[in-house]
Amino acid sequence: MIDKTTPDAAAAVADIPDGATVMIGGFGRAGQPVELIDALIAHGAADLTIVNNNAGNGDTGLAALLAAGRVRKIVCSFPRQSDSWVFDGLYRDGRIELELVPQGNLAERIRAAGAGIGAFFSPTGVGTELAEGKEARTIEGRDYVLEYPIRADFALIAARAADRWGNLVYRETARNFGPIMASAATTTIVQVDELVPLGSLDPETVVTPGIFVDRVVPVGIRSWLDADGAFVGGVDLEGRPLAAATAEEAAA
Amino acid sequence: MSAQRTAGTRISRDELAAVIAADIPEGSIVNLGIGAPTLVANALPEGLEIILHTENGMLGMGPAPEPGRIDPDLINAGKQAVTELPGAAYFHHADSFAMMRGGHLDVCVLGAFQVSEHGDLANWSTGAPGAIPAVGGAMDLAIGAKSVYVMTDLLTKTGESKLVASCSYPLTGVGCVTRVYTDHAVFDVTPDGFAVRQAFGDNTIDSLAELTGLALVDATQGSSPDASGGARTKEEVR
Repeated sequence: MIDKTTPDAAAAVADIPDGATVMIGGFGRAGQPVELIDALIAHGAADLTIVNNNAGNGDTGLAALLAAGRVRKIVCSFPRQSDSWVFDGLYRDGRIELELVPQGNLAERIRAAGAGIGAFFSPTGVGTELAEGKEARTIEGRDYVLEYPIRADFALIAARAADRWGNLVYRETARNFGPIMASAATTTIVQVDELVPLGSLDPETVVTPGIFVDRVVPVGIRSWLDADGAFVGGVDLEGRPLAAATAEEAAA
Repeated sequence: MSAQRTAGTRISRDELAAVIAADIPEGSIVNLGIGAPTLVANALPEGLEIILHTENGMLGMGPAPEPGRIDPDLINAGKQAVTELPGAAYFHHADSFAMMRGGHLDVCVLGAFQVSEHGDLANWSTGAPGAIPAVGGAMDLAIGAKSVYVMTDLLTKTGESKLVASCSYPLTGVGCVTRVYTDHAVFDVTPDGFAVRQAFGDNTIDSLAELTGLALVDATQGSSPDASGGARTKEEVR
């Protein structure tokens, strides 16, 4: 029997070593695997290279991993945000290395790694400082620069539901980097709202087939969904109950 | 430049958004950049099917949700809460940027620090020492959409023209801009430089030439359009 479910997040991340390259899914907070990141912080692996679109929001999730001093380098497209104060401080103090990659090149480099592509010519960034030093070629009259794949030792992603074979479905724009990161890492660990019985996911709607998934960690249905996964609302963008958010703002 | 400059009529951001929206035909697939370009969404005529793309993985994006209906899984590229319209589709990031790079997007509207008369765009970094760089999807959008529209004030807060002979800020894309919508006038990028397509209020070709310090082609309605006066298509730009 194939069963990729792992009882808890701590067990799922326990073999991530110091110095590992770890892809972390999510665009801002949407699709960020917060429970897996918290487990990685508790696990203690350090000197990590992190691949994500951003560089953390607020003080939780990826931002907390950065704040714990575990990240040597981050590969991302958009580190500077209104709530990226943790990264901003580390960067200004010279305590974190940044590789800035245009978002589409970031996505395609991850996809290329998962697809076994050795490198590819991209028109994005041609003539800009982000393409300096890269091999260039003109193909049918258009200019391109050579971009190499980004691989990882581990990918930590979030999905809506999985079965025990690791077939995944996502929800809305929380899908973002999940499918491509799942394919680009040696070991892919997925947190899901719920584990569903094998055979209950419609094969026509599976987005990430289980071949790309190694471990599945059910973490519970999020507060803005009901037990059937239907949207019920009543939260802010951080997923906090609206009443609590209002009270906090009133106190601030 | 020194001495007195005639500022001329300036239209508001919302008015400019309406000018841009009126130039987007039904059936277009459109990406609106973070910031002022998002105002264009509010100005699109009701009843027309214009599909909004957001690079974090959605076509058919709708407006902000009602209070209490914020969905943390459903956001736009600016990480604001949005909604889905009937006909919407979700996809992963590599597909989303294939839509840009592959030339499937009809229009994108971006902000700018500078646009050169060759259509070069600078909108991601001022290159200031100590600034934290962030590029996001700007470089992909700039080279990807069939028509790249820039929405910006003509002048910086200190009165410098954002239309320039050559960009001094780090480039986002080379020869990629189709048209520039400013608060003073609308300019097409042509092989002969900027062509004034529409001048608002009391702005004239001469006053705009003075404000920008550039030689401008007159392509306003009523002028006799010559063969090179129109905006370049993507193929010509490439």
